[in-house]
Amino acid sequence: MSAGFGRLLHAEWTKFRTVRGWLFGVAAAAAAVIGFGVLPGMSGSCHDHACRLPTGPDGTEVTDSFTFAHRSLTGDGSITARLASLTGILPPDPGDDQPQGEGPSHGPATPGQGRPGLVPWAKAGLIIRAGSAPGAGYAAVMLTGTQGVRMQHDYIHDVAGPAASADAPRWLRLTRTGDTVTGQTSADGSTWTQVATVRLPGLPATVEAGMFATSPQYTESTSEVFGLTGAGGGPTRATGSFDRIVAQGGWSAGTWQPDKIGGPDDAPRHGAVVDGDQVTITGSGDLAPAVSGAAGLGTTITQTLVGTFAGLIIVVVIATMFVTAEYGHGLMRTTMAANPRRGRILAAKTVVIGTVTFVTALASAATTVTVGRRVLEANGVYVHSVSALTQVRVIVGTAALLALASVLALALGVILRRSAAAVTTAVLGIVMPYLLAVSVLPATAGQWLLRVTPAAAFALQQSTLEYPQVINIYTPVNGYYPLPPWAGLAVLCAWTGLALGVAAALLRRRDA
Amino acid sequence: MIVVNGLRKRFGPKTALDGMSFTVAAGQVTGFIGPNGAGKSTTMRVILDLDAADEGTALIDGRRYRSLHRPLTHVGSLLDASALQPSRTARNHLLWLAHSQGLGAGRVDEVLQRVGLSAAARQRAGGFSLGMRQRLGIAAALLGDPRALMLDEPFNGMDPEGIIWMRGFLRALAGEGRAVLVSSHLMSELQDTADHVVVAGRGRVIADATVAELRAAVSDGRVVVRTPSADAGVALIAAGASVIAADGDTLTVVGLAAQDVTAVLAGKGVPFSEVSAHRPSLEEAYVELTRDVVEYRAGDAPEGVR
Repeated sequence: MSAGFGRLLHAEWTKFRTVRGWLFGVAAAAAAVIGFGVLPGMSGSCHDHACRLPTGPDGTEVTDSFTFAHRSLTGDGSITARLASLTGILPPDPGDDQPQGEGPSHGPATPGQGRPGLVPWAKAGLIIRAGSAPGAGYAAVMLTGTQGVRMQHDYIHDVAGPAASADAPRWLRLTRTGDTVTGQTSADGSTWTQVATVRLPGLPATVEAGMFATSPQYTESTSEVFGLTGAGGGPTRATGSFDRIVAQGGWSAGTWQPDKIGGPDDAPRHGAVVDGDQVTITGSGDLAPAVSGAAGLGTTITQTLVGTFAGLIIVVVIATMFVTAEYGHGLMRTTMAANPRRGRILAAKTVVIGTVTFVTALASAATTVTVGRRVLEANGVYVHSVSALTQVRVIVGTAALLALASVLALALGVILRRSAAAVTTAVLGIVMPYLLAVSVLPATAGQWLLRVTPAAAFALQQSTLEYPQVINIYTPVNGYYPLPPWAGLAVLCAWTGLALGVAAALLRRRDA
Repeated sequence: MIVVNGLRKRFGPKTALDGMSFTVAAGQVTGFIGPNGAGKSTTMRVILDLDAADEGTALIDGRRYRSLHRPLTHVGSLLDASALQPSRTARNHLLWLAHSQGLGAGRVDEVLQRVGLSAAARQRAGGFSLGMRQRLGIAAALLGDPRALMLDEPFNGMDPEGIIWMRGFLRALAGEGRAVLVSSHLMSELQDTADHVVVAGRGRVIADATVAELRAAVSDGRVVVRTPSADAGVALIAAGASVIAADGDTLTVVGLAAQDVTAVLAGKGVPFSEVSAHRPSLEEAYVELTRDVVEYRAGDAPEGVR
């Protein structure tokens, strides 16, 4: 850095710190981010460890709830069975007359009162599992409600097999060789197709293997027209009837043992009925990553940063004023007379506003995530755990979002020169798309806005992954953004870079 | 030394500068005078590289402004005394400017003292009167202890005491060897201050001279004679003068210097009570010079009153 630029930075920093309103504004932005995050706005019922979710082999929080009939398999071996039928029960149709008149059923509707049907990811098939402990590793080949044959393992991995209807019988085979498991399927029991071969590192010599069934929550988003997307639904169950079961290899003697893993102890009518060569299993739950949000459980650290938009508005106003106030008061000429190299003026202002915002936002976000999480948990809200790396990305990403937005606002100030026009443009362009997307806009329009506008960088705050094999309301208001974090950041960077380029060109070309 | 050479600039259809050329020499106050719209402020902005001229050059000690390192140590300028962030204190306003030139707070306090603003240093500039703002602007121009100063209408908004102070201050700055360019649209403000006057009109220089030369240029050698005698006219005509006006006991003659008129009348024994050379004031000279270039005059219907 040249001495000249150092002097300019010093001057711009002196300018910034000697306007009390701007310092108050920065403090207010920090207070907004922290305030929204730590004020108790949610409460839940997780006051003990009862709702602590199991974690899968890679540490992901998982849903591990299903019914199965199993035997022990030591060493290599295989199991083949025909899934003769896959049926299920859905919750009562919310459109049906309900004497209680309580609106769409959410919680405890008993599937037994429901209507026949399968949710898309109802599952029945064969499974090889490291044990019965919650979150144990596994591999399974299955027929689903509408997603055809799948091979899944260790909760988060999903491989599609042939399309297959749940209405027709389906042959399935699972073969263990060392720590690999191969899933195959057949329509007729003679022509077989391999679905996938997966590795389960550390799979013990003796595993529990057999047939399983489970069926996730029925989820339906409601009132999407006005954007206030909610979820209706309830528990479901699926029943798989297996026959022509052939077990080869080191299987334990005896019959298939009915068992239920996970889920509430009083969950009704789940069970495995073993009748000679025929095994019928009814299950409810899922073998999948646990997700947060409307159709999932609890929330994430993203929720604590809900005040970001308020801090963003304040920061955008300050950053814009940092330059438009100079134009308004005629000070820009003084600035340019003191520093005739105009590109450097823009650079110095960018560094000052960007650094002030980044440091403030970093401290605020770190405080908010740490304290906000404790507040949520103290209120009984389940907060999904995230890796340290993700937490750092969310916090630093929030700081980057605010800092880049402030620089974008600064550049808009240079381009437009008038405070009112520049502040309006900056708020409409940067904050408004986010606010619309999380409030009144239909989900698709909102997601489109969060792909192309500077607000795309809110994706940096997403702390959990979206899984196609788990149905959920993956919307911004639930902490899910349409772009990956780095793509969202790139969109904001592109806008900021473009605005800076235009600002620099205009600054050089225009008379002061 | 500031050398302006052949500046031309148009703002849309309006010609702001039309071949403006002059020199501001060190050690004297150069008055830059002209009616509103004459191009004075535009010229100053071009010198500071704030506005780009379409043609011509403006050099400070032979260099363009934008090539100066720490430019405020070469040229100090006051373009608009109201150009202040109202919520910033006077001292902080100077402080950021000082930092931009690598100067410290000590220099800020020095210039505040020099313009008599020490007591108001920590007051918000937004509360300053225009006169105080002018002083603050002068302080800003002096921050870098520059060899050249350029002040646009520094007398604006000053009370009589302030105007007297400003005149003395400008003389003192020139006395320190600095080149001082001061613009005004009122010649009277500069009457006893400027050594040299550049009169501008419609974007070009219409007179560039010392104050004495300027006066002489508009003086046409008229001599006014006040006499009760009717013989005065005859005597003067006989001596070679022409009487161009007679009004009661007052004659206006040309063709003879005042002392010659006195000698002729005394020689012929014609009584007279006064013989005086007509000496136009600087103001009259200025009005005379700018008669044709004033953009808006009383009685006209200007499209925009400035």
